[in-house]
Amino acid sequence: MAELEQRGDRTPAPAKWEYASAPESREIVNLQERYGLFVGGEFIEPRSGEYYRTLDPSSEEPLAEIPQAGAEDVALAVRTARDAFEDGWSAAAPAERAKYLYRIARILQERSREFAVLESLNGGKPIRESRDVDLPLAAAHFFYYAGWADKLEYAFPHRRPKSLGVAGQIIPWNFPLLMLAWKIAPALAAGNTVVLKPAETTPLSALLFCDVLRQAELPPGVVNIITGDGATGAALVKSDVDKIAFTGSTEVGKAIQRELAGTGKKLTLELGGKAANVIFDDAALDQAVEGIVNGIYFNQGHVCCAGSRLLVQESIYEPLIEKLKRRLTTLRVGDPLDKNTDVGAINSRQQLEKIEELVAAGKEEGAEIYQPPCRLPEKGYWFVPTVFTNVAQSYRIAQEEIFGPVLSVLTFRTPDEAIEKANNTPYGLSAGVWTEKGSRILWMAQRLEAGVIWANTYNRFDPASPFGGYKESGFGREGGRHGLEPYLDFDGAEAFGG
Amino acid sequence: MAQAPALPTGFELPLEPRLPRIGSVDQVAVEARATDLSRRSIKREAKLFALDLAVRMMDLTTLEGADTPGKVAALASKAMRPDPSDASIPSVAAVCVYPNLVQTARERVGDSGVKVASVATAFPSGQSPTDLKVAEARRVVELGADEVDMVIDRGAFLAGRYAKVYDEIVQVKEAIGETHLKVILEVGELGTFDNVRRASLLAIAAGADFIKTSTGKLSSSATLPVTLVMLEAIRDVFEETGRRVGMKPAGGIRNAKQAVQTLVLVHETLGLDWLTPDLFRFGASSLLNDVLMQIRKEKTGKYQSPDYFTID
Repeated sequence: MAELEQRGDRTPAPAKWEYASAPESREIVNLQERYGLFVGGEFIEPRSGEYYRTLDPSSEEPLAEIPQAGAEDVALAVRTARDAFEDGWSAAAPAERAKYLYRIARILQERSREFAVLESLNGGKPIRESRDVDLPLAAAHFFYYAGWADKLEYAFPHRRPKSLGVAGQIIPWNFPLLMLAWKIAPALAAGNTVVLKPAETTPLSALLFCDVLRQAELPPGVVNIITGDGATGAALVKSDVDKIAFTGSTEVGKAIQRELAGTGKKLTLELGGKAANVIFDDAALDQAVEGIVNGIYFNQGHVCCAGSRLLVQESIYEPLIEKLKRRLTTLRVGDPLDKNTDVGAINSRQQLEKIEELVAAGKEEGAEIYQPPCRLPEKGYWFVPTVFTNVAQSYRIAQEEIFGPVLSVLTFRTPDEAIEKANNTPYGLSAGVWTEKGSRILWMAQRLEAGVIWANTYNRFDPASPFGGYKESGFGREGGRHGLEPYLDFDGAEAFGG
Repeated sequence: MAQAPALPTGFELPLEPRLPRIGSVDQVAVEARATDLSRRSIKREAKLFALDLAVRMMDLTTLEGADTPGKVAALASKAMRPDPSDASIPSVAAVCVYPNLVQTARERVGDSGVKVASVATAFPSGQSPTDLKVAEARRVVELGADEVDMVIDRGAFLAGRYAKVYDEIVQVKEAIGETHLKVILEVGELGTFDNVRRASLLAIAAGADFIKTSTGKLSSSATLPVTLVMLEAIRDVFEETGRRVGMKPAGGIRNAKQAVQTLVLVHETLGLDWLTPDLFRFGASSLLNDVLMQIRKEKTGKYQSPDYFTID
């Protein structure tokens, strides 16, 4: 710019162009002061008598009072689900189940703006993401599994699929409604009834979803939603369910697995990750930078499959990091309801503290930190998008899941070394590969130990595509035909034609 | 940088040996990025800022076989004073015409500050002998053009004769001296984003002051993704050499919304430094009136009938 101004006949560039704020209106959401537990098609007061407050993490403003379900409440919900299973749902024609799923999908689409606003309000994620990713995908999952409901025999030929009974489902706070859809849609398609517990910090979209269930006239008791903290989840795991599906931290996943050992209850776990995003020197660099940004800053990095370990081929390390840093300066951090926000609020104080602790460890261990200049709001929970370079494989920030907008950059020299480093982690949920060479994509995909591998893209989801982990990232698959299997029992291998 | 993608100046070899340094473009990802940026919500003062800028960046264009001195004179008047009822509306950057109408345009705009741009080099196809193209470029400058919009020889480019494309640009640049050179790639004929990136870097290396998407004669022209690919090429050259090359999307930008989206793309790819008519232009024939209408709407809160804006 200085150079431009020196030449007299030139028109100087403007000093700034600030986008005026463009907030999505909150008016569309009607919050209740206090919610109940959704059991048997009704909101009921918790027998525990206990409530807690749920917040807007971007302002710390309390939004509503939420019941803390106790063991008695959990038992009631499970009993209700059991009754609903036995009193009709298990005998309902499969096409009937499909009908309800289609209805739910359509209602979600019709009310998508309302849900998107609520999701951003309670979870802190940018409205752009809840509007363009969470809601369309949640509806798509219901549509997809609606299609399977009366075709289970075709999904699993000669295996005589039948429903399990009651599924207990525990979901995380990073994609509250989408994770609900991932859990409920296949469970209902397979003919089960459900008791679902949303995450402690983000119960509101699940509670609004109860309204959708009533609108869809789903028989009472088929889906029950109970709220509360980890104790409620633990009670659900111990209760009389036939299956537990859990998405969350590896630590809790291990505890659940210990608890269920020997009980005969089915279990699927979708746990943490520390995915490698591998950039080869022939990749389309500007697009790879977009993929890196989407991989780790999407949803504030609160993504189990986030590309949190960047592996860059050394020959392009410098230009790539320059491009990445430059790109970070254009990320817009702030009000989740502003349509121009790219990175929203951290979901909770607890999570913010965890991120801060690991970032401090990274600095201490000797990694180089880069954070773009960024003005954060005064209230609420915020963290500046961060890149660590000069990271060694042995650093905590290269090993542990941070679950925040923090990227650790490592380098490699050859494809073999890339594989070795990428797989050198207890996790194995996802990975990314960036190269213009098709054969190398296949070579890498065969060797990466990860459930999902993206090539020249990142964080892309589709209900038809199975999702799940290797190693400590869990087991079982969600999505696709594979996602039905954990919700079904089979008579075992049948004779051909049987 | 260990492996910078841009071509050095003084480039004269065939392109192939240099391709690995040029890098590539991923179509799916670049389209996704352009779509993301097009969803920015630009309102109120931010929108007014962009619309005012769009007027100042406009190359008001007429390139028809039926162009007459009367038509061009009317266009030039409009260029100097786009909205007679609102004195705060700036004049546009330039009028862009065929060589035969340069003198008319020149006389009309006088010393108003509005530049005269002329197409040249056998526009729009570029399918003529090099010496004629060079002579044409030299002649339009003699006739009074401040800026020359030349086309590259797409036939040569697609046949892999990159050196011919390069040499022609160099010769035209020599012929027109200090006159501002915009090089039209005609992206709709190049077929892939990789080719757009290669042609962009080649034109820049050969001395282009601006690179321009299209002639406006094809239906596929200045889309957001293609503009983004060219902006990224400009950014790579700037980061490697410090040289600032301008950008001109032309063809297909018909309404204010598209113009604002394009400016968001420039802002978030190259930054504020490129938000000046010295480094960014819109080539358009019908965009101006929509921008004027939107400006009035932002100022008054009401849409006015198109009858209140002159058709030139």
